Amino acid sequence: MNLMFAMVVARLVHLSPVDLAIITIYFALVLGIGFYLKRFAKTGEDFFLAGREMTAWVAGLAFVSANLGSLELLGWAGNAYQYGIMAAHWYWVGAIPAMIFLGIVMMPFYYISKTHSVPGYLKLRYGSEASALSAITFAFMTILMSGVNMYAMAVVMEVVLGWNLHFSIIVSSLTVGVYVASGGLFSAIFNEVLQFFLIWFGALLIPILGLYETGGWGGMVARIHQNFPGQDFTHLWSPMNHAANNPMGVQWVAIVFGLGASVSMGYWTTDFLVVQRVLSAKDVRSAKLAPIIGSFFKMAVPLIVILPGLLGRAVLPFHLVPANLQQPGQFKYDDVLPLMLARYCGPGLMGLGITALVAGFMAGMAGNVSAFATVWTYDLYRPYLRKNASDQHYVSMGRWCTIIGLIISIGTAYLVTRSKSMMDYVQALFGFFIAPLFGTVVMGMLWKRVTRMAGFLGLAAGVASSVTVFILMKLDPNWVNVFCFSPLAQPLAQAMWQALWSTLTCVIVTTLVTLVTQPKPDSELVGLVYSLTDVPREEYTSMLHKPVFWAIVALVLFVILQIIFW
Amino acid sequence: MTEKHQIIPVWFFVGLLLLVYGVMIVISGLLHWNSPPPNVELTELHAPVWWGSILTVLGAVYCAMFRPGRS
Repeated sequence: MNLMFAMVVARLVHLSPVDLAIITIYFALVLGIGFYLKRFAKTGEDFFLAGREMTAWVAGLAFVSANLGSLELLGWAGNAYQYGIMAAHWYWVGAIPAMIFLGIVMMPFYYISKTHSVPGYLKLRYGSEASALSAITFAFMTILMSGVNMYAMAVVMEVVLGWNLHFSIIVSSLTVGVYVASGGLFSAIFNEVLQFFLIWFGALLIPILGLYETGGWGGMVARIHQNFPGQDFTHLWSPMNHAANNPMGVQWVAIVFGLGASVSMGYWTTDFLVVQRVLSAKDVRSAKLAPIIGSFFKMAVPLIVILPGLLGRAVLPFHLVPANLQQPGQFKYDDVLPLMLARYCGPGLMGLGITALVAGFMAGMAGNVSAFATVWTYDLYRPYLRKNASDQHYVSMGRWCTIIGLIISIGTAYLVTRSKSMMDYVQALFGFFIAPLFGTVVMGMLWKRVTRMAGFLGLAAGVASSVTVFILMKLDPNWVNVFCFSPLAQPLAQAMWQALWSTLTCVIVTTLVTLVTQPKPDSELVGLVYSLTDVPREEYTSMLHKPVFWAIVALVLFVILQIIFW
Repeated sequence: MTEKHQIIPVWFFVGLLLLVYGVMIVISGLLHWNSPPPNVELTELHAPVWWGSILTVLGAVYCAMFRPGRS
């Protein structure tokens, strides 16, 4: 019965002429915008930082949109189906405090130091060792991520629409290559803002119509309990007193300290892919405000990602399965969003939804490739290969990097074949590089005593410990109980513990090495360390224009959401 | 949006896209008013018509507010 229904559903997901026209118009528009913006991307600052003239709203939307790719949408809707509303932790405790911390505490340092990148800040603060390690790992990660986006898009297009895998990879990479190589970060940001609107208008109908069908939140919860008796999919915190009480096998300690204090802080404050968007802001106040504006939208994203996953539990007449257990005719967790789209969207709306997914995938590629081009050009090529070339030369290098980065991404896309879930793969990468990097950056900003060697060794030890924990848990499941304090920990929970251990390792090694090495003189740290920097204050702006006011509003809303869904 | 460069605001492109998509979706919804697509739920709500209308209005407002040359 399930097989028959699945086959019927699969036939439903096809495109009508109006859907194809909508997709074609999108491709034409982004290519046109890319060619239009090429004339403005003349200097290095234009190409790599969009001229540093974006308003807080544009930078804020691009900031949150860079993390709202289709990989994210499909993966987290799938996780919501698998783990329930607990997946929303990655949008709330796993994002909001970190975004506000970035805006209020860290952004002034990035902005005042006039760096082009996070490795650039590390070079100013610690020297070339930590910077090179960060730049190399980041470049590696962005190329992998770009390839993952490319592969994911091709698979989704193949499964959902029956498009040829190679066709999707070639068309998407050519389009991204043309518009990013033309307009640099200008193009990437423009496309991210377009994508933001497409995703919201393409996906928002699912929760609206889904809640209408189920009779509201209460009706949806009742249906889930009816379909899956004895399991709790609709509470955020209460099932986390013990790992056995929730489908993720996680305790609150891992969510608060692993996700909230390690992964999230690392990702939102040091992942250059997102920080680059805020660095494009026109002044310090806009740079502080951009992540806070982004935090409000981030808080709302569960509406179009988590809720469709929960609604899938309530209304789909068959059960989705893990990717590694999928049989012919069955659908996996990550298919829930396209399935819900097919359930409610006919011609036209289906085209809009698919265009939103395509835009999300391409924005994911573009974001990674543009960040890769910047880090390669400014943090690896310029300091180590060619120091004193002209600005034009570096812009040209950035354009070539975009093309070369995409070619490597295509290679990566074909390598990505084995993963239980797409997001598990992403979380593993975050854990390797991002969590320890946060320890290094934030200690350097807040403690002037931290030394050059301590920064490098702390970061290296953090990455090494992260990789070690990951490999041990994969090789022998007994290590899961050791590192996660529960044998029930699922991959997402394991990633949180892995990040926590790597951050702790980084902080401990950094502290110990600092205590036995010689610090830099204060004069070399002005503008880089909190106690030695005069951060501009908005004393003469009204309350409603102060970033800190909106930061408090965001935090209050965040707390209210936790209480409502406790 | 920009001061150094006279770039057409990104909001204009957003408006253009929403306007074109909105019109297309409304027309598609009207064409399928009496012959809803099979296997789609809640077709009696005619979502393409009202959702497309929202896109059209929002797109038109953005296009008007951020059109090139408007100071």
